[in-house]
Formats: sequence, C-alpha cells, structure tokens
Amino acid sequence: MSASTVTPPAQAASTRSGSLSRLASWDTAVVAVAVLALLVASGVVENFGTSTNFTFLVLDLLPIALVALPMTFIIITGEIDLSVASMLGLTSAVMGDLWNRGLTIEMIVPLTIALGAVLGAVNGFFVTVLRLPSLPVTIGTLALYRGLAFVVLGDSAVADFPIRYTEWTRGTFAGAVPNVLVPLALLALLFGLVLHATVFGRSVYASGANEQAARFSGIRVDRVKLGLYVVSGAVSGLAGVFWTFNYSSARADNGVGLELAVVAAVLLGGVSIFGGKGTLPGVLGGVLLLAVLQNALRLEDVSNEALNIVTGVLLIISVLLPNLISGTRASLQRRRRRSIHPAAPSRKAV
Amino acid sequence: MSSRIPGRVLAAATAGAMAMSLAACGGGTTQSDAASENASASNTAEADPNAALKSGLKIAFLPKQLNNPYTDVEVGGGEEAVKALKGEYKLVGPNDASASSQVSYINTLIQQQQDVIAVAANDPNAVCPSLNQARNQGIKVIAFDSDASKDCRDIFINQATTQGIGEKLAQQALKFSGGNGEVAVLSATPNATNQNSWIKVMKEEMKKPEYAKVKLVKVAYGNDDDQKSFQETQGLLQSYPKLKAIVSPTTVGIAAAARYISSSNYKGKVAITGLGLPNQMREYVKDGTVKEFALWKPADIGYLAAYAGAALASGQITGKEGEKFTAGRLGDYTVGKDGEVVLGPPTDFNTGNIDDFDF
Repeated sequence: MSASTVTPPAQAASTRSGSLSRLASWDTAVVAVAVLALLVASGVVENFGTSTNFTFLVLDLLPIALVALPMTFIIITGEIDLSVASMLGLTSAVMGDLWNRGLTIEMIVPLTIALGAVLGAVNGFFVTVLRLPSLPVTIGTLALYRGLAFVVLGDSAVADFPIRYTEWTRGTFAGAVPNVLVPLALLALLFGLVLHATVFGRSVYASGANEQAARFSGIRVDRVKLGLYVVSGAVSGLAGVFWTFNYSSARADNGVGLELAVVAAVLLGGVSIFGGKGTLPGVLGGVLLLAVLQNALRLEDVSNEALNIVTGVLLIISVLLPNLISGTRASLQRRRRRSIHPAAPSRKAV
Repeated sequence: MSSRIPGRVLAAATAGAMAMSLAACGGGTTQSDAASENASASNTAEADPNAALKSGLKIAFLPKQLNNPYTDVEVGGGEEAVKALKGEYKLVGPNDASASSQVSYINTLIQQQQDVIAVAANDPNAVCPSLNQARNQGIKVIAFDSDASKDCRDIFINQATTQGIGEKLAQQALKFSGGNGEVAVLSATPNATNQNSWIKVMKEEMKKPEYAKVKLVKVAYGNDDDQKSFQETQGLLQSYPKLKAIVSPTTVGIAAAARYISSSNYKGKVAITGLGLPNQMREYVKDGTVKEFALWKPADIGYLAAYAGAALASGQITGKEGEKFTAGRLGDYTVGKDGEVVLGPPTDFNTGNIDDFDF
C-alpha cells in the first residue's frame, strides 16, 4: 500500500494536512529503510540471504507482527495494551493444560483464541465501561494474566504436541516460503484494509485524534475501543498458538517481554503514541526493520547488549525525529505568518 | 452502524487464520494420538575410536543465560578446552533464561556453520526442533548442565548422578559424625525433586554396616529460603542436643546453617557439611565452622563438553553407549546410557583448596 492511499482517511481525522504528509513520508521512509536493510544484509552479511535464514527471520518476527496489527489500531485510538505478551503466555499455558486433559487439538485452538478474546474484553471493560486509563489497567492485567499462567501450568512445560502441527508451523512451501507467512499476510492485508479503507478505520483515527469531537460527531468511541481490545486479545491468543507450536512448548513464561518489542515496532513504524496518526504499512516496516537488524547483527556476533542499544536508539529516534521536524515547521510557520494560530497538536510532545 | 461490519470482519479474520492452521491438518488429534506419531530419528553413524581430534573446530557455547557468575565459570572451562584443542571458541546467549529465547541463537549458530553447539537447555523441548535442524546439517550437539530432550542432542554432560551425590552425602554424614552419633539433614523444600532423590539414595547407603552407629534423626526443610533455613537449623540444635552433624544438600541451606553455627556456641561442636558454593562458604571454612563440603566443579563441565564435542566432530564417538574418549586433563570417559557422560564424583572443598576456586 503506498503512502498516497493512506493519506485520505488520516486527513479526515486531523486538522492539519501539512503534518500528515510528513507522517506519511515517515512511514514510507521506514518501509524503504527496512527493505534497504534487507537488501544490504543479504549482500553484506554472510549466511543472511539463505532460505533457511529467511524462515528463521519470519518465525522470529511472527508473534511481534501478529500482535502489532491490533496494537496499531489501539495506539491510534490513543490507548495502549501492554498485556498482550501475558495474554500470549496465559493462552499458551491453558493450551498446554487442555492438551494434558485429553482434548483434541482441533478443539483447543479455537478455545484458546476465544479465551484470548475474553481476556481482551476484560481489558476493554476496564477501559471503556469503567473509563480507567489503559496504561495502568493493562500493566495490571500484564501482571495478573502472567500470574494466572503460572497458576495453570506452574513451572512445568507441555511439549508433546502433534508433530504435524509443530512441523507445519516451522515448515515452508514452494521451496522457501514459510507456511506461517500466509496467515500473517492475510491478516495484515485485512487489518490494513479495515484501517485505511473503511468507515470503521476512520472512526479509529477520529477517536484518537480528538475523542471529544469524535463523540460529538456520533462515533461510538467506547464501542470501537472495546472491539479493538477484544481483537487484540484474540490475536494474542492466536500468537500464543503459533508460539506454542513453533517452540513445541506450552509454558507460563512464553512471550515474556514481547509487549515491549511490539510497542517499539509500532512506534518505530510511525504511529504516534498520542493517537490519531500512523499507518499499518509503516508498522509492518518497523517490525521488519527491527527483525532484520536483530538477525543480521546476531549473525555478525554483535552482543545482546549492543542489540538492545540499537533497538533503544532507533525507538528514541522514531519518537524524536517526527516531533523535531514538526516543532521546527511549526515555529517556522509561526515566524513566517506572525499569526496567532495555535501550535500543531503534536507539538506537545517536544 | 457501518463501523460494526469491519469490526466483525476483524474478529472473523482471526477465526479464519485459525481455520487455516486447522485445514493444514484435519481430523481430531489428542495427546495420546500424538504420542504414537511423534517418533524420533535414530543415529546410524559408525564411530572410529582411533580418529585424531581435529583442530580448528568451531565450538560454540550457549548457556542458559549470559552474565550469570556460575555460568561464566562453566563456559570458562569450555574456553580453556577449546584453546587446548586449537579450535574457535564462541559464546552466545540470551540475557533472560526464558524457555524460547535460546532458539534464535541456535538458528544463528546453524547459519554460521559451527561444528559443535554446547547448550544448557532452558527448556528440554523448546530447543529441540532447532537442535535437530542443526544435527541434520552435521553440527554436533552437546547438552551440559541442563539436558535437552535426549532425541535432540548427541551427548549430555551430567555433572553428577543422583547415586553419586547420595553416596557423597552419606559419606559426609559418616565422616563428620565420627562414625558414631546423630546427624540431621537440612533440605530445600519437601517436594524438591533433586534433594529428595539424593536423600533417598543417602538413606539406602546408610543401611550399610559401617553406618550402624550413625543415626539420621530428622530431615528438616528450609525451603531454600535463607531465613527459614536459619530458623530450622536453630530448631534442629534445640530438639537434638546430641547432634553431631548437619548435612545440607542445598547451597542456600548449608550457608544459612553455617552462618547460624558460626555465631553460636555450637561452633566447633556441630559440623556443617553438604553441597555448597566456595564463595558463599569461604568465610565459614576459614573460621573453622565448616571443615569440608562438596560440589562438582563447574569449569570441568564446560571443559568436558568441549572435548566431547570435539570427539564427536572428529568421529571418535557417535554418542552410543560404551564409546570411549579422552578429555584432556580430565582423563578418560565412557559414554553411558542415553548418551550421558558423567563428569565424576563431586569435589571436596576444604581449607586446603578453597582459595583455588572462585564461583
């Protein structure tokens, strides 16, 4: 999806088209940098461009990419969901427990995803019905769900999942295309279409850009948000299923810390933490960029600490740069016009 | 309301993706069905005991987590051995000991075409698919410290057998009771698997005639909590005034017991022994509270792992029971059942040698 197709819905949600074309170009830049990194790494880093390594790369980014899809929507509405990794861990633990109890895997997978939806609905209930801020709520459920995961499975692991499922998850078709890329691509396409080409997508932007205005214009903001939390839970459950199959291991500590990687990728992809702005292609670019960097640097024997530093610096740049640019532009415009127009909305972040 | 429809679409999408993964398989599979399907690959290669150890082998260590003092000593022994073997040593690993964080490191090592991967598995099964992928590409896999599932590694370096430790604890009880008198055990939690199996062997061993006058009066549990262990020690001494020795097969317990004794007037009257870490126990050995305690040498685990890996990569052994190889300064080893190589009996630490160890 090109930048031009994503501009109109965003434009509808915002008051200033100048800052929007800039944001659109940030997304394009991230995607371009990610593709560039992929090409450079394939040429420069030994053993990077092999088909096995491509599978490893996709398996590493799969849970981050999946969870980043609903996370993009949620952050655009100005909220956040930090409980995603714990929902992944809890659904994985329950999956293992149900398997131990003798249910068929074909029963367990839908149940697991449904459980994720319920966990997400709990978050949504606190945020939309009780009107609590999503940051403390989801930090709370981050701890709560992880705790429950340990109640379910304790320190034990369930590992004897059927090989055809685990092998399918790790397998490829047509020579080099990882199987899991298919559901990921379909979901990404769907989430992208919903965000950028539907009324629902526009109401997501509107809810984040100016919640009051959105409410006055008849958008049922709470319903939108509740729905997004439910979807976030369900996708986390799905990611939990893939995680469990990928590692052949249902454990309570599966996915610990994943929420930070997801939020980092979403922000790096140009989504504003203050809501109202961002695109799905940008986010996928962010996910890809982080995954390529990690994979390539690891192949070059760069230490874990250095990897963390690279990720951290990238994240700060991604938050700082757009704000610096918009800050500079705003002050330039002010000087040029000597007007009394209020500053651009994103200026509060500087 | 138009916004509802795409919302439903999103929900349906998740269901769709799920259906896809089902469609790939079909039919109902339960745990018992899967057990019969999940068969493992077998090892068919032939060993050549006279093959020379290759030099220039790329041997990579993947501990449970980096920057852990105990782990550092283990892989330090590995580095020493790889140097002696004129190989290329590499150390990689995650910063957290979670189950799946090792997998992408194994994948990287596969891409880098290492000859040997020595891994301390955080989860015996989560690392399996990757390790088997490595083995399919000719990489030899050694598990050390914590075993991977035996279907996905060639050799496991076992630091100590249950039997070996149980016997050691019994010998300590005999030695420090002077062959005559009451002893007690200060264990970890009542359901700690390792400790319970060691104590079971210890009790069996104590049925032998030389233990006739040694009486195990109580097994107390300090729950591997410093304060609880401290209080339990106190309790043991009050309940059993004739106690000659406390054997504590847990590093937390032995340190807490030693701390209590060294600050009480039981010092010099009741012996503390068991399994401990030299750095934790040093002051109690030096002030005379503790005469001797035991533990395996972590550096030797890494050292043996490197030599076992080199022996595999050179074709001297294939991981079958009964094969023999030589591990540098540690001497000769034989591969046991299920590809296990046992490091040997635990080492005794006392005033004579404790300053040679830093872990």
